[in-house]
Amino acid sequence: MDEILEILEKDGRATVEDISRMLRRKPEAVRKAIKKYEKDGIILSYKAVINKEMVKYKNSGVRALIEVNIIPQKDLGFDKIAERIYSFPDVSSCYLISGTYDLLLIIEGRDLHTVSKFVSEKLAPMENVRGVVTHFLLKKYKEDGMVLKQVQENERIPISY
Amino acid sequence: MSVKNGGSRELSKKVEEMQPSGIRVFFDLVLGMKDVISLGVGEPDFVTPWQIREAGIYSLENGSTSYTSNKGLVKLRMGLQHYLKKRYGLSYAHEDQILVTVGVSQGVDLALRALINPGDRIIIPAPAYVCYAPLAELAGGKAVCIDTSRDGFKLTPRALESALRVPAKALLLNYPCNPTGVSYTARELRELNRILLKHGVICVSDEIYADLTYDFEHTSFASLPGAKENTLLLNGFSKSYAMTGWRVGYACGPVQIIAAMTKIHQYMMLCAPIMSQMAACEALLTGRDSMEEMKREYRRRRSFIVDGLNRIGLDCALPQGAFYAFASVKKSGLSSMEFCRRLLKEEKVAVVPGTAFGDNGEGYVRISYAAAMDKIKEALSRMQRFLGRK
Repeated sequence: MDEILEILEKDGRATVEDISRMLRRKPEAVRKAIKKYEKDGIILSYKAVINKEMVKYKNSGVRALIEVNIIPQKDLGFDKIAERIYSFPDVSSCYLISGTYDLLLIIEGRDLHTVSKFVSEKLAPMENVRGVVTHFLLKKYKEDGMVLKQVQENERIPISY
Repeated sequence: MSVKNGGSRELSKKVEEMQPSGIRVFFDLVLGMKDVISLGVGEPDFVTPWQIREAGIYSLENGSTSYTSNKGLVKLRMGLQHYLKKRYGLSYAHEDQILVTVGVSQGVDLALRALINPGDRIIIPAPAYVCYAPLAELAGGKAVCIDTSRDGFKLTPRALESALRVPAKALLLNYPCNPTGVSYTARELRELNRILLKHGVICVSDEIYADLTYDFEHTSFASLPGAKENTLLLNGFSKSYAMTGWRVGYACGPVQIIAAMTKIHQYMMLCAPIMSQMAACEALLTGRDSMEEMKREYRRRRSFIVDGLNRIGLDCALPQGAFYAFASVKKSGLSSMEFCRRLLKEEKVAVVPGTAFGDNGEGYVRISYAAAMDKIKEALSRMQRFLGRK
């Protein structure tokens, strides 16, 4: 992977100037490369990683993992039906996987009620959905490579040979 | 402490003569201050990769809490044998050519004690890592420092030849170098090796920063033509795998030297800690990816900090390895020590005076980039403000 991507994946706020200094490339070349990544859809967006476990607002959301069994469609396979499902804004992630079921969804809702309503009224009744199993999420420890607690900086002696 | 008038409480003359140096005072100053951005650290800012830590934990859980053989776990030595073959094409037999030490520091001490007869000269290109000269003297040798400051901190064949007009026992070479970050290409090393072979001088090669070489492939000294029987290779896990606190290093060399070092090692240390050795085995097996990732991060910081230092007027060559920039503070009109003291007091940024690494480090400071990028950025802007007031 290009180091520009490695840098931005770790720190989306790294500036063109910083990156060009880190990689000893011309700022113009870095700017161009980033523009191209954005245009090609390799860089999709820039956002802050928020530890929602720590955001204690009212009705803080509920998450569920849902295993979905679906009947693939002729000529279209799983893609069309997957699209119908993941287009719901309630679905935050959607994966096609091998094994005993087909789609794994991550659903975010305001509360238990909203999630179960989505499952029972939208998802389960769909024509090609053969069955669903819903697992409510109790606690998140790590997500996308980030451990969801404040890491204590380990103490080094401030000066050493 | 010094006790006068002899008697049973008199301390070793050699130890009394060892220089704790003025640096100690500066170090104490740093330790006593809060909220300092420290670029004065000689160790990685990363934590040991988890799978390596986990191997250490497993070793404890498993009850592996005993001594190992003096030379170190067979498993680890076999791992090293395999690794050195693969990485450098070097053939060292785990049975009698590899010794696991407690960090390279102990390796240096063992090597010097095993090699030196009273008065033997040990050549040290300076500025150099702090322990070389004191340990050489402690072992009864005479440390002969070659000033490299006028040659871009590189030992040149000419300087080596001229130092060897008086016979010497060994050259203590460290590359990539702490504090300067300087390293040598294969071609440069071949020249040095030719001279050493001609004069029958052993090379003690401290390659602890080998994996952190950025612009070319690191060449291990022992892999040069005819060098293996004349070289003692010292290396370890501290810098490559962010394992400083584990204290595991290794020495590889001719059977006689390793046997002599092992003799001392078995009396003074017995063996390196077993859990650290277990963790080191894991590092050899699975640590490569983490190491490469850390290396890329260091390389980016290197470019960033050297660019920044030069922009604010602290002239600094691009170091080829390790994680130090050795920057000139001559334009500030201050001595190294004064620069560091005032920078610390006025801007709370800690760097190490070049003089800590020998008199010819005067006019320079060692700036470590084993620190997070935001700290490096902040330190640079503080240094700029500091220089602006000069």
